[in-house]
Formats: sequence, structure tokens, C-alpha cells
Amino acid sequence: MHVLRGVSFAAERGRVYAIVGPSGCGKSTLLYQLGLLDQPDDGQVWINGGLMSVADDGRRTAARCRHVGFVFQFHFLLLEFTALENVMLPMRKLARLTPPAMEERALGLLAVVGLGDKARRAAAHLSGGEQQRVAVARALANEPTAILADEPTGNLDARNSGLVFDLLTSLARQNGQTVVLVTHNPEMAARCDDVRPMRDGQFVR
Amino acid sequence: MPPNLRIALRFLTARKRSMLMSLAGIVFGVGFFIVTQAQTSGFEDFFIRTILGTNGALRVEYHIQATADPDAPAAAPGTKESSDGDIENPELVAAAVRQFRNVSGVSLILQAGVNLVGSAYASPARVYGVNLDDHLAVTDLARQILRGDLEEYRRTPNGALLGSALATWLHLGTGDTFTIETRGQTRRYRVCAIYETGIHDIDKERVYLHLAEARSLLQQPGAASYIQVALFDPARAPEDARQLQAVISHTVTSWQQREKSWLEVFRVLRLSSAITVSTIILVAGLGMFNTLALLVMEKTKEIAILRSMGYTRNDIAQIFLWQGALVFAAGATFGALFGAGATWAVSRLPIHIRGIFSTDSFVVTWSPWHYGAAVTVAAVVVLFASYLPARRAARLEPGDIVRGTAQ
Repeated sequence: MHVLRGVSFAAERGRVYAIVGPSGCGKSTLLYQLGLLDQPDDGQVWINGGLMSVADDGRRTAARCRHVGFVFQFHFLLLEFTALENVMLPMRKLARLTPPAMEERALGLLAVVGLGDKARRAAAHLSGGEQQRVAVARALANEPTAILADEPTGNLDARNSGLVFDLLTSLARQNGQTVVLVTHNPEMAARCDDVRPMRDGQFVR
Repeated sequence: MPPNLRIALRFLTARKRSMLMSLAGIVFGVGFFIVTQAQTSGFEDFFIRTILGTNGALRVEYHIQATADPDAPAAAPGTKESSDGDIENPELVAAAVRQFRNVSGVSLILQAGVNLVGSAYASPARVYGVNLDDHLAVTDLARQILRGDLEEYRRTPNGALLGSALATWLHLGTGDTFTIETRGQTRRYRVCAIYETGIHDIDKERVYLHLAEARSLLQQPGAASYIQVALFDPARAPEDARQLQAVISHTVTSWQQREKSWLEVFRVLRLSSAITVSTIILVAGLGMFNTLALLVMEKTKEIAILRSMGYTRNDIAQIFLWQGALVFAAGATFGALFGAGATWAVSRLPIHIRGIFSTDSFVVTWSPWHYGAAVTVAAVVVLFASYLPARRAARLEPGDIVRGTAQ
């Protein structure tokens, strides 16, 4: 069965893209293909000039670490860790910075998402909106080329939805990163630079 | 701290109760393994020390003669034993034995069954004629003296050393006299000292006399029934026995061969106790496997997010293997400490054993091998207990989990 068929998608730095469409149309599948979480049976995925669709698991994992930041509908924080430690997790894996520099950067990102005063609080003790903002900070931790967000505000109230969306888009634009957003929310899609509707595994426009 | 270890530590402490149960199992398993090995080895070593200190490492007996009959019941193919059972030219044979590098002492022994008569009771016994200094060099006789004085025995031509059980049976004490009846003669001897080897069969029948006196009493001038040999390294006794036998043409028996049955009993006992106690570690390992397998199921989303942010399959496996390693390290450390403490406590327990050896408290051996073996068993069990969940965790596909379709 083909989930995606004839899909061609290119994203530029500093722009925010929305992929919209009914449930089951292949939006998330496309996002996971772009984020190298899934491997396509056919077709190609290029990131920063590197062909990733035929790369082995090690190269794809390394590329995810360096080039991709994910924000999911559920925050997926490690609840045993503090907010600060959660944001530092991708940095510790990449090991590009020294531990003090990692901490400094993580504290800076948490301050940007409005959680500077809750950096050392356990993730389990944060509200849903705060947890999702920590997830945004975590996605930005390694300064990825692309931030891929799958319904990032799906579990949040209107106020927090707006806050998380504004954070994602403004930070990405500031840092020259691409944001690819899967959403059901037409208002949110309307605020993106480019909207790509999907139906039955194909872009319809 | 490596990131994988840091994550493992947090996952571990998040499931304190079940991990503590697994840890307790490892601690008790390792501890009990050590203490049971210390006991069984302790009694075995004590038995060996008693045997070596009483009957020596090697025994040189019959002269071997070449024969043309290959079916003759003999010590080696193509040979047969001399008929009289005594050693020919014992002094020469002893001198030849002394030439071997590993030999630390040689004692000629003339033995025979006699009738021993005290003031009120009589008993069959066996006379052992020995040169005191030679015999002290191949036995622990000096340390086995319960009452009396070896120096007095040395000065007294008709002095005798009696086993404790024999002395008790005949109601004889040091300074008392008794007679020995054999081969139509009756001679009177004086009890200079009473010894106890701890081996009841010896203590109830053996009477030491001076070798010259025994030869005179038994009317066997210059004779020796066998030669008892002590070695610097008793563990090499089988090899030395083979070499000696080839060189001096006499049957030479090592202590391992003489005591084969008892040594086998101890070996089986040690092995069976190790297997029994290992089941504790095994059960702890099963508990740990359960805990980690549950943890993998509970943490699939966390595994997926770690994978999505660049943690490799190896990293994920390491996180779970680290948890096993941490439980193992703590279990092995506390288990070894518990084992050492329990071994010390057991060594203080009173127990009265007489028969194959004599002791009034539990005998233990302090050996690093026991600790090494216990830790190795725990390591193997924990490795298996954590490897399977780790492998399962590493195989999880992050895309499937995030979509909520993980199996």
C-alpha cells in the first residue's frame, strides 16, 4: 500500500511551512520521512546536500542529531529529569559544547521560552504548556537545520497554543532554520509562509 | 558522566523498589555463595592439612619387580609387587627420595599390629616405630600433642606416644605404664605424651615407639614398612609420585590418591552448594529481567524521543545495560562485604567435630577465588537479565512508537 505517492517537497531556511489535510492523508508519514525516523521504500530525502534516504541507520541517526529537531503533539520529556537536563540531552549526545557551555545554552533557551525560573524544576512538575515549551527548547538545542513539528499544539489550550507556535516560528526565523509544521488548525496554518494541503498521500496544490 | 550512564541512573532510581529487590537478591546470592564456598573449602582444606600433617604427602611402599606377565595385578603395567610388603634397603631408598627437589622430609616407619595392655583394660593397637626428628619433619605431631612432653619421649628409650582415644579407652595418662604383647614377647613402656590428630581411626589405635625399639620388639632389624614423605608443594604430589616410582622402583602413593574418596565428597559438596546458592542469584536475575523488560515497555516513548534526537541503537542498549551494570556493581560490592562478614561470623560458631578431623568451631577458608566465582556468576546472570531487554529497546523503531503503533 502506498502511503505517499509522487510527493515532492523542498524547504528553505528561515521559512515556516504548514502541511495540512484530513487525518490519515500521510502528513505525519511525510514528516517522519523528512525527519529520518522512517525509511522510504522509494524516492529520495536530502538534508543539507546529503542523500539520507539510502543512508544506514548510523548516518541517519547522526543526521537527526545534527540537523533535525522534533516537536511532537505529546512533549515526550524524560520526566525523571529537570527541564534544564531535558534541554541538555541532545547537546550531550552531540557533544559539540563543553558541559558548562551546554548548560549556559540550555538556560538561555529556557529563558527564551519563558521558563528561565523553572529550569531546575523536574519535568513532571511542570504544566502541559510548560512541558511543551521545554520540548521546543529541546528541539532547538543543537541549532538544527530543520524543526519538524507534528501537531505541536494539539494538546494545548488556545493561549499556550499561540505561545508555542509564536516561539517556534519566531526562533526559527531568527536563526535561519526551517520549520515544517503538521497541523489541523487552519488559523495556525494561515500564519505560516507556505501551506501545503495533502489528500490521499499526495499534495493537492 | 557519560549521557547514557546519566539516563540509566535516573531510570534506575525511578524504579527504586523493584530494583532494590533485585539488588537484595544479588547481594544475598553473592554473599551466600561466598560463605558456603568458604565453609566447604575450609573443611576440605582443614581435612587436607590434617591428612598431610598425619600421613604425609607421599607414601613409598612395595618394591616393584619387572615381570613378563602383563596380566599380573601390579602398580604399573609389566611390573609386580614384592611379596613381603616391606621396603628393601629402606635407608638407601630414603636417601634416594631425599634427592628430589620437592621433598622436604622423609621418615622410615615400621608398623605392626600388637596387643596393648593397661592396668585395667587391653586393646588391639598398631605400633609405629619412627625416628622422632624425621617424623616431626613429615608430620604435625609436635602440634598434635595434647598432654606430656616430646623431649621426655626423646630421652626415654622405652617411651611411647599414645593416641588420645586409645589412652582414654585404656584409662592411661602421661607417666603411666603399659605393656605390649607381640610375637611371644611382653615389654613395658611408659606414656610420655598423648597426641590427637583428630582422625579417630588413628587416635584409637596408633602407638609411636622409637624405631630401634620397634625393630627390636617386632624382631625386624633394619626393616621399614613404608616411608612417609613430606613435600614443599603438596599439590605436586601426583607428579612427584610418578617420578619417584619410576626412579626408585617402589610403589609411591600420593595423598590425593590415598584420600580420593573423601576429596571427591568435598568436591561434590562444594559444587552442589555453589549450584544451590547460584539459584538465589538466578532468581534475582529473573526479577531484574522482569523489571528491565517492564521498564522498556514503559519507556518506549522516551526511547523514541532519545532516538529522534540522535541517540543510536547502541546508546539505547547501553542505557539498559548500564542499569544492569549498576545493579551488578552494587550487588557484587555489598554481596562481597556481606559474604566476608558472614564468613567471619560463621568462623566464630562453635561446632564439635571428631572423626575425619578435629575442630571445635566452623572452619573457613579466605580465598579471593570464592569472591571471583560469586561475582562471575552474578555478572553472567545480570548480563543475560539486562541484555535481552536492552536488545529489545535498541530494536524499537522511533517512528512506530511516535505514531503509537509500536508492538
